Amino acid sequence: MADQVPSAANTTGVTSALTRPAAIEARAVTKRFPGIVANDQVSFAVAPGEVHALLGENGAGKSTLMNILYGLYTPDEGEILVNGVPTIFRNPREAIAQGIGMVHQHFMLIPPLTVTENIMLGNESRRGVFLDRGAAAARITALSERYGLAVNPEVLVGDLSVGAQQRVEILKAFYRDANVLILDEPTAVLTPQEADDLFAIMRGLREEGKSLIFITHKLREVLAIADRITVLRGGKVVGQANADDVTEAELARMMVGRDVHLYEDDHANTTIVTEEGAVAAALGLSAVAPEHPLEFQEPPTSASVLRVESLTVQVPGATQPALNDISFTIAAGEIFGIAGVEGNGQSELAGALTGLRQADGGHAYLYDLEITNRSPRALIAAGVAHIPEDRQKDGLVLLYPISDNLILSTYRQPPFAHGIALRFGVIRDFAQQLITRFDIRAGRGGVSLPAAALSGGNQQKVIVARELSRPIRFLVAAQPTRGLDVGSIEFIHAQLLAQREQGLAILLLSAELDELLALADRIGVLYRGKLVAVLPRAEATRERLGLLMAGGQASHTP
Amino acid sequence: MSLLLSLLITTLTFATPITLGALSGVACERAGVVNIAIEGMMLTAAFAAFWAAVTTGNLLIAVIVAMLAGVLLAALHAALAITFKVDQIISSTVINILGFGLTSYLYGQWYARNAPSTPGTLPSIALPGTTITIRVLGLLAIVLVIVLHFVLKDTPWGLRVRAVGEHPHAAETVGIDVRRVRYSAVLLGGVFAGLGGAHFVPGYVPSFSPGMTAGYGFIALAAMIFGKWRPLGAWAAALFFGFTLALQITLQTYHVPVDTRIIGALPYLATLIVLAGFVGRSTPPAADGVPY
Repeated sequence: MADQVPSAANTTGVTSALTRPAAIEARAVTKRFPGIVANDQVSFAVAPGEVHALLGENGAGKSTLMNILYGLYTPDEGEILVNGVPTIFRNPREAIAQGIGMVHQHFMLIPPLTVTENIMLGNESRRGVFLDRGAAAARITALSERYGLAVNPEVLVGDLSVGAQQRVEILKAFYRDANVLILDEPTAVLTPQEADDLFAIMRGLREEGKSLIFITHKLREVLAIADRITVLRGGKVVGQANADDVTEAELARMMVGRDVHLYEDDHANTTIVTEEGAVAAALGLSAVAPEHPLEFQEPPTSASVLRVESLTVQVPGATQPALNDISFTIAAGEIFGIAGVEGNGQSELAGALTGLRQADGGHAYLYDLEITNRSPRALIAAGVAHIPEDRQKDGLVLLYPISDNLILSTYRQPPFAHGIALRFGVIRDFAQQLITRFDIRAGRGGVSLPAAALSGGNQQKVIVARELSRPIRFLVAAQPTRGLDVGSIEFIHAQLLAQREQGLAILLLSAELDELLALADRIGVLYRGKLVAVLPRAEATRERLGLLMAGGQASHTP
Repeated sequence: MSLLLSLLITTLTFATPITLGALSGVACERAGVVNIAIEGMMLTAAFAAFWAAVTTGNLLIAVIVAMLAGVLLAALHAALAITFKVDQIISSTVINILGFGLTSYLYGQWYARNAPSTPGTLPSIALPGTTITIRVLGLLAIVLVIVLHFVLKDTPWGLRVRAVGEHPHAAETVGIDVRRVRYSAVLLGGVFAGLGGAHFVPGYVPSFSPGMTAGYGFIALAAMIFGKWRPLGAWAAALFFGFTLALQITLQTYHVPVDTRIIGALPYLATLIVLAGFVGRSTPPAADGVPY
C-alpha cells in the first residue's frame, strides 16, 4: 500500500489498489472536552486488508479517536468515511451496523453468561419468542473455524483464560459482520505466547481482507504486525509511515516528542527504550543513568541488605505451597529480578516481604531485623517500600486526592502530623514538590485531584513518588511498569536505576523479560513456588529464562 | 381436614405474597436495580385494590388496579433510581414510607368511619383430583414463577436483563439501551408487587387495614436473596417461609402444648437461621444497585 491515502475522491474507474476507498477514514476529526482538545484535526485511513497501528502515549488521544470511530463519541468537527461514504455514528449500534467492531482493552464480556450468550447479546437469534441458542452456537462455531479462533460456545466466559476471552471478543465483532476491527491495547493482558497467537490470528484476518486498527504503545509489536503506522501525540497526528520504512528509534521519537536513546540489549534480540540525562535531570537527581546502566557490576561486597531463608507460604485450601522453601539475598545497590509466568509465587513473595501475607515457614531479615510476619506498619518504619502489582487496588486510595495518596505511609509522622492533627499546608507543599519532581501530570486539578482521575502512568508515578520519597532500605517493585506507556516506563526504569546507584536493595518482580534483562543484576526464576535458578545477568538470555519459566531443567541452582 | 392437608393449604396461602414479592425483587435486581420497596408497593396495591373493589364492585378490576398501583410506584422508583441516579436503597425506602403514610392517611380520610368491605374475596380452586385448594392468585404466582424463569433464561429480553444487571457497560457497547431495559424490568417488578398486594385485598380478606402487609415485603426480599436472585430459588424460599408461618398458625390452632410465644417466634427464628447460614454463599448480580 502506498503512502497516498485512498479516498472516495478517487473514483476514476482505474482498477488499482489506490482507487479503492479506505475501509474507514477519519478526516480532520476534532473532539474537544472541557479544557482539552483530545483530537485535533486527526486524519488517517485504513485500507481493506491492512493492519494499521495507532501509536501513542497515554493521553495522546488514541482512545478518544477509537470511541469516535465506534460511535461512543461524536466528533465536534471533521468526518468519518466508511468505504468512502461520509457517515455519522450516534451510538455503537450504528457503528456496528456499518461493520465496525471493537475489542476493548478491558473486555466487554459478562462472566456469568456463556460464550454464546455473550456473543449473541444485542443481536439475538430467535425462534418464536425464545433465544435460538443452537443457531447462534452453530454460527459461532463456523466463524471460529473460519478465522482460527478456537472457543467452546457452551462454557461460561468467567471460566475462560484471558486469551480465550479475547477470542470471544473478536468473535463478537465478526458475529456482527465486522469489516473493520479495532483492537485497543490487545496485548496488554496477554502472555508473550498468547500475544504471538493473537498476531497469527491478525495475519489470518488480514488475509481475509479485514481491516485492523491496532492501538498500542509497544514499538516492537507495531513493527512485527502493522503495515502502516499513525503516531499520535497531544491529540495530533505527528507522523504516518509504512512499517517497512521506519525504525523503532524514529517511532519512539515521534511518540515521546523528544530524543530518546535506544539501548541495544546485547544478550537478547530485543531493544528497550531508556533515556539519558533528560529524565534524571528533570528530577534534579545527581545520579544520572550511566552510559551503559545495564552493564553488570559487581555488587558491593558489604553484607546483604535482605536475606531470605527457606521462606514458605501456604495459601489456604491449596495442595501445594505457593512459595516453597525460597532462599536468596540482595545486596545494597543490587536489583534482584524475579522471572516467572504469573501465578508461580510472585504475589506471595511480594506479600510475605511487605507484611501483607503470612509466612508459614522460614525467615526474611532486613539486616538483622526479622521482617516475616510483622505488620506492614512495622515494615514501613523499618524502611521497606512497596510498589504493588495492582496499583489501583493495593497502591492507591482512588477517591483520595493525590496529596493524601502521597502521605499514606508517612501521615502519622512529623512534619505531616502534629499530635492528632494533620498539617494540610505542609502536606500540600510536599505533594506539590513531588508532583513537580516526579512529573505527575495532574492538570488543573493539581494536588487535590482524586487519584482515580489520573492516567495509569501518572497513578504509578504517585506510588513511586510516595515510596521513594522517604528513607528506605529495601524496595519490592512488583510489575512496576505493567500496562504503562513508553514515557512512563522509561521514567520508572530511570528511577529504579537511580535508586540502585544510591545503594538501595531492590526486588523486581516482572512478567516482562525485557525489563528484567535491562535492569536486574541477577535474575531468579520462580516455577511452581520454587526458586529453580538464579542467573547473573551476564548468563541470562531470553531463551534460557523462558525454558526455566516453563519448568525446564535448571543448569544453575541457587 | 387432616393436619397435614391444612398445613399444606396454609403454606400455599402464606407463600403467595412472599412469592410474588420475591419475583418483584428478582425482576428488578437481575437488571441491576435494588428493590427493597416491595413492602410499600404491595401495601399501596392492596389499598388501591380495596378502593377499586369498593368503588366498582368488580374484583377483577380491583386486581388490575392493584397491578397499576404497583407499576406506578415502580415507575417512581425507576425514575429516581435510573434517571436521577438516586441511591436505590434511599429511593426504595422513600417508597416504603410513602406507601405506608399515604394508604393510612387515605384510609383514615375515606373509610375509617363507615368501614366498607369488598364484595367478597377471590375464589379458591381445587387442584384436579385432590382436595387441595388454592387461591387463584396463589396459582397465578406459581405460573408466574415458571414464566419468569423461562423469560429470564431463554428470551432475548431476559438475556438483556441479565446482561445489564451484571455489566451494563458491556451491554451498551453492543448497542443495548441500558436504561430502557432497566425501566422495563422495574416496571415488570411493579406488576408482580401489585399482584402481591392484591393477594391481601381482595385475595384474602375483604377489607383494608393500615400496615396490613406486616413485613411480608421484607420476608419476600429475604426469599429473593435466599433463592439467589432466581425465580425458582425464590419460590422454594417463599414456600419455606410460608411453611414456618403456616406451622405457627397450625400449631396454635391445634393447641399443641408449647408456649405460644415460642411458636410465634418460629418463622423469625427460621428466617434468621436460614439467612445467617446461606446469604454468605449467595452472590447478587454484579451491577446490582449501581446506577448507570
